[in-house]
This record gives sequence, C-alpha cells and structure tokens, in this order.
Amino acid sequence: MCLAVPGKIISFKQNIAQVDFNGTKREISIDLVPEAKKNDFVLVHAGFAISVLSAKEAEETLSIFSELYAMKEDKK
Amino acid sequence: MIKIKNKFSSPLWSDSLMASNAFKEIKKLVAQIYAETGETINFMEVCGTHTMSIAASGMRKFFPKELKMLSGPGCPVCVTSQGDIDRILEIAAIKDVIITTFGEMMRVKGSSGKDLHSVREEGADIRVLYSPLDALRIASENKDKKIVFIGVGFETTAPIIAQTVFHAHNRKINNFFITPLFKLVPPALKAVLPDGHKISGFILPGHVSVVIGSKSYNFVSEKHKVPCVVAGFEPMDIIGGINMLLLQILRKTPKVETEYFRAVTMDGNKSAQEIMKKVLKVAAAEWRAIGSIEKSGLVLSDAFKRFDAFKHFKIKHYASKEPKGCICGKIIMGLALPADCRFFGNKCTPSDAIGPCMVSSEGACAAWFKYGGQQ
Repeated sequence: MCLAVPGKIISFKQNIAQVDFNGTKREISIDLVPEAKKNDFVLVHAGFAISVLSAKEAEETLSIFSELYAMKEDKK
Repeated sequence: MIKIKNKFSSPLWSDSLMASNAFKEIKKLVAQIYAETGETINFMEVCGTHTMSIAASGMRKFFPKELKMLSGPGCPVCVTSQGDIDRILEIAAIKDVIITTFGEMMRVKGSSGKDLHSVREEGADIRVLYSPLDALRIASENKDKKIVFIGVGFETTAPIIAQTVFHAHNRKINNFFITPLFKLVPPALKAVLPDGHKISGFILPGHVSVVIGSKSYNFVSEKHKVPCVVAGFEPMDIIGGINMLLLQILRKTPKVETEYFRAVTMDGNKSAQEIMKKVLKVAAAEWRAIGSIEKSGLVLSDAFKRFDAFKHFKIKHYASKEPKGCICGKIIMGLALPADCRFFGNKCTPSDAIGPCMVSSEGACAAWFKYGGQQ
C-alpha cells in the first residue's frame, strides 16, 4: 500500500501541481514537498508528492550497480 | 558469459547482465557466510510493496537455498486487527454514511464473514478512491451525508491523511471523518525482535523511510545488532540491498545503510513529520495476531479529535478474534511461510480469502499464490 510512483512536475497552481507520469497527467498536492520546483521529479503516493527525487543520485545508484556487477562480464 | 540472460526476460529486469552478475555475487557471499556459521540466512522484507516486487520478479528462484526471505508486518491491511475491521463495518452500516477507502480494504472480512464489498452489495454507499483528497470533494458535494475515510497505513500514508484532515479543518468541512488506525514501523520491528529471533537482516521499507528518515532504525543495528538496509522497489534495488546486508554480516558490522538514497535521507521529510505531529499523536495500537503494542500507532491529536469517526459514531472496541486456523499472524512475524498454512491455496485463495495475508494484494500469501513461493 505504500506504493509511490515517480512523475515530473510540469506546472503549478498554488499547492497543486500538474504531474506527468510518463504521459498520464494528474493534479497532485505538493503540501508535503513545499521545496518542489517545475521540472522536478517527485515520488507520488495517493495524490500527494512525498519526496523530490534527485536525478543525480538516481544516476549514481545505476553507476554503483554497473561498477559492482556489470563490469564483471569478462571475469571467470 | 551471459548464459542465463533469458531468465530475466521480464520487463522488471532492466539489465539482465547486471542481474545475473549480482546473483553470482550473492551466491558467493551466502556460501562464505554459510561456511562460517552453518546457519540459514533469514532476511525479512518489512514492506508489502517489497514482498510484491520480490515475488513478481521471480528473484527467489535464483537465491541459494541457504538464503530465505520472510515477509514482515508491513502490509497495512494484514496488520489491521479483526476488531478494528468489525468497527469499520459497523460504521459502514450507519444510515447516511458514505465510506471512502483505498481499494485494499474492500475484501477484508469481519468476524461476521461480511466485508465492505458485501456491505456495498446490500446497499451501503462505499467508494474506492485514489486519494483522501477526493473524499474531501465528496464531503463538500454531499453536505447531508457523513463521509468517512478509512485511515489505515504506515508512516507513508499517515501524513497525507493528516494533511487532508488539516485541509478539512481549515475549510470548515464538518461532515468529514477518518478512522485513525495508523501504525508505526519501528515498534513493529521491535515486536519481531524478541530474544532468540531468527532474523539475520532487514530490508527496510523505502517509502516509510522517505517520511521518517533512515536514522529511525538505528536501534535495530545498535541494540539488536541486526543489519539493516533501506531499499528501493525495483528488483535491482532489492538485490543490491540483499548484497549490502550479506556484506554487513560477513564484516560483522551491523548498521543502517540506505540503498534507496535517491529518495531517502537520514532525517526524512520534515514537512510530513510536522503535519503528523500537528494532527496526530502516538498511542497504543492493536495489531493482528500480535495484540496491542504500546506507542505503536497514531490517532488524532486532541485539537483534531472531532474528525475521529469512532468517537463521532460512538463505536466501541471489539475484542479481536482471528479467523480460525489462519496463521497470518505467524507469517507476518516471520515465524511461518504461506505454504505452512493448511488453508493456503485450497480453502484460502485471493477470490475467497480467509485471512488478510491473502486478501491484500501485498500480503505474503497473495504474493505466493500469484507468483509461486520459495524453492
């Protein structure tokens, strides 16, 4: 039930943002992430953004995984 | 050297080479630990969304048999006590009430055998919503009715319902109520960590941690010496988290690490914590099969208690009676697996469930039924 889906903020009207979920748009409350800006990616749970996602850290996660796992192709 | 590539044909595996290498690494680490201790490694994923991701991705098939994943008390529907379900059904039967709820709650049976779905068939007005904000809209459009939102959930959901109550307060919407049945994850972890527990490490819930911050779990690694990793929900997130737990065991350095650092910080979401603090207060809560745990839930604070549906309709407490023979309680404590239940898959299926672990789509039994179990 703690499902949350990432989407991109495309516009604001006070504390309500239009968020684009890969093509599907919905109005989302940003009461809990007042720091959110246009073009930010937010995690959305039941109509509320609960976190602003860091694109830099998402890329870092992927590069850690690549370093840990994907590079081992030629070993063994 | 990509022999098992086609095993990761599911779109959930964005990089099959990465996944296959990760499983090799896990196999190696498990073998090292097993050689040292001779004991099976039992990791508990606390969150129902992790349970689903683990089952749907099929990752269990690639784990060595010395590594087991147990499902913890992190499915809100599963841990809501039978008595509280009965209280919800009692409110649903009151005239001029519109029940609004997340869909998960529709099929949880009360001790009479009825659920919200069957009560709706008898004529009650029950509406499944995506967001509690939609319930506020219904409340302002139906001034002659009383709108009750079923408030279940952990720290992910509690702040958004608290925020909704705060809006109702500011906008003077007087026909809106909630059933404050929120639960807290850290006390649940304490409950599954008695002396002699068999949990070797926790995969901790990503989105609860977005709100409360990873530092909330320090007591698990410091006091109980159990390794912890806060993980995201992609299969690779969970695999990465398991790898991190294994390394902690091998190095004998239990601590709280965060794999899901693209969303989770040490301190969590301050705005969400503030609204919870303003609208809700910590209280004892009744957990299915565990019983009452002190300071393990959230109810409405004194300033907002007029939004409490139980108080408004004067609904009394019921003693909790579990469905006879159902072992859901043991399963959420990590003491049994779904296949250990004699009802699993025969008398108890998702379309005709006996216990909540089969009702909730995130319950361990439902996940095992749908996607197959361990080994």
